[in-house]
Amino acid sequence: MKFTLDWLKQHLDTQASLADITAALTALGLEVDAVTDRAKLYAPFHVVYVEKAEPHPDADRLRVCVVDTGKEKLQVVCGAPNARAGMKAVFAPAGSYIPGTGITIKKGNIRGQESNGMMVSEREMGLSEEHEGIIDVAAEIAVGTAFADLYGLNDPVIEIGLTPNRADCAGIRGIARDLAAAGLGTLKPLNETPVAGKGPAAISVSLKLTDDTQTACPLFIGRAITGVRNGPSPQWLQDRLKAVGLRPISALVDVTNYLSLDICRPLHVFDADKLRGPIHVRLAQNGETLQALNGKDYTLTDAMTVVCDDSGVLGLGGVIGGAATGCTDTTTNVYIECAYFDPLRTARTGRALQIDSDARYRFERGIDPAFTVPAIEIATRLIQELCGGQASDIMQAGAVPSWQRSINYDPAYLQQLGGFSLPSARQQTILEALGFTVTIKTDSLWQIQPPSWRGDIEGRADIVEEVMRVHGYDNIPPVSLTKPQALTQSGETINGARTRRARATLAARGLDECVTWSFMPAARASLFGANDSPSMTALKLSNAISIDLEQMRPSILPNLMEAAERNRARGFGDNALFEVGPVFHSPKRQGQALVACGIRSGQAGPRHWSSASSHRDVDVMDAKADAMAVIEATGIPATSLQVSREAPAWYHPGRSGVLKMGTNIVARFGELHPATLEALDIKGPLVGFEVMLENIPQPRKKGTARPTLVLATLQPVLRDFAFLIDAAIDADTLIRAIRGSDKDLIDRVDIFDVYTGKGVPEGKKSMAVAVTLQPRSQTLTENDLEAISQKIIDAVAAKTGGTLRS
Amino acid sequence: MNQSIATLKNELIQMVEAANDLSALEHARVTALGKKGRITDLMKNLGSMDPEARKAMGAALNELKDEIATLIEKQETGLKHQALNDRLAHETVDITLSPRPERSGHIHPISQTMEELVSIFADMGFSVAEGPDIEDDFHNFTALNFPPGHPAREMHDTFYLPDDPDETGEAARKLLRTHTSTVQIRTMMGQKPPIRIICMGRTYRSDYDMTHTPMFHQMEGLVIDKNTHMGHLKGCLMDFLRAYFQIDNLPVRFRPSFFPFTEPSAEVDIGCSRKDGGLKIGAGDSWLEILGCGMVHPNVIKNCGLDPAEYQGFAFGMGIERLAMLKYGIPDLRTFFESDVRWLQYYGFDPLARPNRATGE
Repeated sequence: MKFTLDWLKQHLDTQASLADITAALTALGLEVDAVTDRAKLYAPFHVVYVEKAEPHPDADRLRVCVVDTGKEKLQVVCGAPNARAGMKAVFAPAGSYIPGTGITIKKGNIRGQESNGMMVSEREMGLSEEHEGIIDVAAEIAVGTAFADLYGLNDPVIEIGLTPNRADCAGIRGIARDLAAAGLGTLKPLNETPVAGKGPAAISVSLKLTDDTQTACPLFIGRAITGVRNGPSPQWLQDRLKAVGLRPISALVDVTNYLSLDICRPLHVFDADKLRGPIHVRLAQNGETLQALNGKDYTLTDAMTVVCDDSGVLGLGGVIGGAATGCTDTTTNVYIECAYFDPLRTARTGRALQIDSDARYRFERGIDPAFTVPAIEIATRLIQELCGGQASDIMQAGAVPSWQRSINYDPAYLQQLGGFSLPSARQQTILEALGFTVTIKTDSLWQIQPPSWRGDIEGRADIVEEVMRVHGYDNIPPVSLTKPQALTQSGETINGARTRRARATLAARGLDECVTWSFMPAARASLFGANDSPSMTALKLSNAISIDLEQMRPSILPNLMEAAERNRARGFGDNALFEVGPVFHSPKRQGQALVACGIRSGQAGPRHWSSASSHRDVDVMDAKADAMAVIEATGIPATSLQVSREAPAWYHPGRSGVLKMGTNIVARFGELHPATLEALDIKGPLVGFEVMLENIPQPRKKGTARPTLVLATLQPVLRDFAFLIDAAIDADTLIRAIRGSDKDLIDRVDIFDVYTGKGVPEGKKSMAVAVTLQPRSQTLTENDLEAISQKIIDAVAAKTGGTLRS
Repeated sequence: MNQSIATLKNELIQMVEAANDLSALEHARVTALGKKGRITDLMKNLGSMDPEARKAMGAALNELKDEIATLIEKQETGLKHQALNDRLAHETVDITLSPRPERSGHIHPISQTMEELVSIFADMGFSVAEGPDIEDDFHNFTALNFPPGHPAREMHDTFYLPDDPDETGEAARKLLRTHTSTVQIRTMMGQKPPIRIICMGRTYRSDYDMTHTPMFHQMEGLVIDKNTHMGHLKGCLMDFLRAYFQIDNLPVRFRPSFFPFTEPSAEVDIGCSRKDGGLKIGAGDSWLEILGCGMVHPNVIKNCGLDPAEYQGFAFGMGIERLAMLKYGIPDLRTFFESDVRWLQYYGFDPLARPNRATGE
């Protein structure tokens, strides 16, 4: 919402400075977005007389001019074709900022000729696209005249960001009223006295709405004015419209635009000679069309309100008028429409047809219903003032919709909700200045009637806001919160704690945390299990921004894989990335799961002079280690997990697995399936893991104390074995077999070598195992060791068919 | 005799001193003091000498033996020292080489900021509440006092999902939450006041340009009891903003605004200065909008099954990316979601230094 200071002062009698006014606006909740003080902007520019304009000795198109500023004579090099001796022009001295180009002009030397500034075009002044030549100032204008005076630009433009509740301030009068209430002046009276009509208009009006649809347009007022003379509107009106970014068209059109901004009253003026028969308001029929004033054609539906005559639709109620019946320069008889259209229906219509008009902006926020009749009087008077003509009586259909309501208010409620008190009299003054009617029943019971223009006021909280914003939010004393206990309690949830620990663990393990979209292309989602869910279509956005962002993600993996690929393409091929966030299996509450997901790609480490051991392809064990670390970080020992080959199809079938607790899968890990990589056009090697944080059981709370640590007094004994076993047998099976052979004595079993190749038969592998024996009560003799070794060998033979490698 | 010992002595001293490595020295030791060594040989002859001569000769030989032994020891120490120095000289490495690589990971600025927020608000007695990303019309709009068809609904650019066939009406209309205010509703419907919660998480709006992303993060706060008023709202947020930005005298301005779910409503600005294109938070000549807040609208309290005549309180909401951008000088919103490792490593945080009000991290 834009307006100028002068325009505001038409409604507000004030001595306040621009700075005071803008500060008060923001304090009232009418946030000032911008103030353009054009007088300041254009201060350096003045009218000059061009004394001489001679061809530049070294450039065909340039002229070397001498300009008289009234104070001095300066040489200026000018390239404009219309620069000539004897003209008056607008001069920008060296050092001035040229608003249209954003350049500060410097004193210069153009092909050997000194130039002390420039003569400017309208485009260079930021006023129009006119750049054919420099501004040709009329001869009678005195040298030294300020440019802002010449162009009527002395009036600062204020732009406020209007919140949707303040329909009343979509008119400058509403803004003036707020400022007056805040003590920045007095609201001037508005001349609403009726204009005497010369009998009824030839065109009658009616509402063809049912009881159900009556709210679409409860009131329609029309009035004919005959014998008008259209033409350009006066300069003051044009200047105001231009200042707020509107293009003056003709007096009749400009009046409607002006009143929309001035008193927040959208009107429509028909060329009465183009109307066919009486006017009526009804809902459109599906498929009816309208060519609107903006030149576009619209197809209407039966949810839209239309203004019609016998020929059909004339305009869309509250949104836009039709082209066929608009006013032109030759219009001599007009018909003014001043109606009240339903906010919701207007909003829906405007949205459906994508029409953003000043009328829609106001009607959908809710204009003042009681102001309909006064508004048509104001409009009539202004049209007659500018265009002459004879007004008819007012033709009215329907009635002003009821808007009166009463709110019970206790002035002490300000203290209760606002935290500070104001004397009742002060509260009353504020409310009355804003147009509220206050009826005091008792000290603690006021009946307050909001004014007709404040449809947003519903209850006592709104009353408190009105009092507070006029009094000033700055004057509310701040009070720090207190809490019942001095110590800080944990504010974290279980998921929050798990997220935090997973995050810190993974970052400490060298992975960089990412945050990626919750949505992805449907085709990609289908590679990661989305198709397995009957909810696939239920998780597809109905109005996605693009197909890249249409399906709620079933997994975080593809996003991280893509990220790794993007980094690789930039020259950073070895990635370790993770994200802790939601995945979606159905649109229901329980369909959202919290997952810690990560990937590693390329080499585990960089090439390094010290060894090649870290410079190797990432592998499934990197992913397994990450997954186990996350689980351990949530307080569950990794030893309580079982490993099995149940990873889903996007993993390599032989190089992936899941970690389970009972039947509950808490993590998946592995190398990504080559077909998955190929489908996403991603270069491997790439491994990943997904830990379903909510599937991890909560550790049982057993207090903070740990069982007493018992340290063995005897030294442990280490024995190495190498077994030859079937290649298909897992390490886990071998380890369990060995552990099972003597649970008391065997403390650890570690596989330190796995070998196939020369010396090992086809289909077999050699596994070297270090077994740590922990004697409990006495040291082990040679015989004891011999016996336990034999037990181990026998157990391995029995459980795996393996033999000791000789 | 003395003559011959003196000659031997000179000879042996020369030999020991000439030994320039440990094996030559060992050779000298054997030559002088070994079982068949020169001194040992002479010692063996003592028995055949008369007592006087033997006594004199024995004393002289013992003296010579001690002297040579000491000399050998001294020479040996020197040679060992020399040998060690020689070895160390060979063992010199280029200490300007890089140590073995270790990968260090980083915490994303959004997570860092969220943990900072929890840390500050927990100190003011708030606990964290959670809610789903996929919501319905009731929780996202209606319960929050957005009338159907109201322009304020449209301002949210909502992403919709297909209707849920198992539900009817507003519960069936599935959408991605446009704000974390949905958690206010879930909390008030689920627990009795007093309530003091914050909620953080992903929010979604159909808007994608320089300053908007279709997904972003919000933090929401809610306090409901019988006496919390607008002064508490101001105090709480001033305390928070000054703690978060670590500026004790940070100017904070409240100005009236509008949100459907609060009445009265306010927007909050913090002081800043803008010079030479830079933005500096703190006392300055300018203001920067940072969050929206207000007293919870009586309709919202009623919609959640509480009596607005009995309960009141405040709510506030803010963008987490914006907070992070302002505090840590991150210029572009869109980069938060690009997963560019150079960005993650530059703007990311050390996983071992987590926010903690007690330590000031």
